[in-house]
Amino acid sequence: MSQDFKRRTIVNWLLGGGVIAWLSAIFFPVLKYLQPPSIPEAVVSSVKAATVNELANNSSKIFKFGNKPGLLIKTPAGEWRAFTAICTHLDCIVQYRDDLEHIWCACHNGHYDLQGRNISGPPPRPLEEYDVNIQGKDVYVSKRT
Amino acid sequence: MKESILSWLKNRYPVDSVTEFAQKKKVPLFQGTIWYYFGGITLFLFLIQVATGILLLFYYRTGADQAYESVKFLMTKVHFGWLIRSIHSWAANLMVLSAFIHMFSVFFTRAYRKPRELTWITGMVLFLLAMAFGFSGYLLPWNELAFFATKVGTDIVGAVPFVGDFLLTLLRGGSDVTGATLSRFFGFHVALFPGIFTLFLVIHLAFVQVQGMSKPIGAKEEELKTMPFFPNFVLRDLLIWLIVLNVLAILAVFFPWELGAKADPFVPAPAGIRPEWYFMFMFQTLKMLPAHIAGLEGETVGVMAFAIAGIFWILIPFFDRSSQRGHKSKLLTYIGIIVVIFILVMTILGYTLS
Ligand code: FES
Repeated sequence: MSQDFKRRTIVNWLLGGGVIAWLSAIFFPVLKYLQPPSIPEAVVSSVKAATVNELANNSSKIFKFGNKPGLLIKTPAGEWRAFTAICTHLDCIVQYRDDLEHIWCACHNGHYDLQGRNISGPPPRPLEEYDVNIQGKDVYVSKRT
Repeated sequence: MKESILSWLKNRYPVDSVTEFAQKKKVPLFQGTIWYYFGGITLFLFLIQVATGILLLFYYRTGADQAYESVKFLMTKVHFGWLIRSIHSWAANLMVLSAFIHMFSVFFTRAYRKPRELTWITGMVLFLLAMAFGFSGYLLPWNELAFFATKVGTDIVGAVPFVGDFLLTLLRGGSDVTGATLSRFFGFHVALFPGIFTLFLVIHLAFVQVQGMSKPIGAKEEELKTMPFFPNFVLRDLLIWLIVLNVLAILAVFFPWELGAKADPFVPAPAGIRPEWYFMFMFQTLKMLPAHIAGLEGETVGVMAFAIAGIFWILIPFFDRSSQRGHKSKLLTYIGIIVVIFILVMTILGYTLS
């Protein structure tokens, strides 16, 4: 009797374990399949974002920094600034408002000042700032290291 | 003729038991009978979604460089293309609306009580899938609004502790919303979700058939007036479906669904980005939370709170002891009312606050 019982327990464990192994053998590849392979991103550390004459004071431009948008600003005082254009709140793309003279996210009314600091609305963090270098007629933007 | 077809069938299938079953089914008549129609309305709208969805598939092309153009072509060149798309969009919204009404009426009448716990749970699965349909379908025309709504929506999913990042890549098919996301959402919307939805719908309806209509809680069997389900109630159902179809046609014709501008990942978000109305209350709540709560990101806290509330809601039949004993608990009625008010207030705030 107890012999029998033991045998049954063992068989149950084996069967149960078999089913689990079988299911994971199916679902593991499926889950992995759904996760896209990470394509090595061409690491961009510096791009030419504009030419010097392209922007007037108090205006801006979206440029491509790799496959992400960046925001290049020429402040009312004529200084160059560059940030990622991706809002730290929920990923929307921010814009420069020449009427407010600072950066604005339309999605949930987030505001950043000209240093990229979040000054009002929901964004929890400042925007990442890039370095701007002028070389001849070209405006280069590069990641801070 | 009719006789001979019937006898041909009878020789092969248990036709009698089916007709007998249909004749025995009764619908209780009381003040709340009107709420019984909303399940059927939701079903009807779902059928419209299937039909119009298949039609849209004939012209729709997925992919970031074709999706918008194909919808535009459908709406401007294809005969009645605008109508089919408009009906699909409107019916989706009405379907979610009637699912909301259906769910809350079941909640307030405690129709989920024993023995219908599993009917409630399958219903909740259907409800969540309906919202998932809405979310995935919204992106497919690849316009600006949808693009940013999807960015925001998937980013919220990314706030889920531990599995957030995994889910985010799973949904987006990468780290950003791109053509890969569009392909995925298309797959979800036209293949994965319909499959699961149909399965649960069949189970849900089978449960309803097996157990019959729920009677009002605490009603005395012998005092309750009833109406035969077939044909009386079915005919009323059909009449209401006809009315719904008319409402739908009016909305679709006079308020055709806009397409808007094509999505461009290198253009700032336009003002007025908002999710569909049925996500608005969650969205507005998340927006009003402070950036940090007790050392966690406000968003994470909000998302967790909604998840816990949702799980509680799904399991309500198991918590609600008093309905099993045949009376309504006041507390749950108040909770239900608070939930409804919360949803309404947050939705209104979402549309009125800038
Ligand atoms: S995404 Fe920018 S404020 Fe919400």
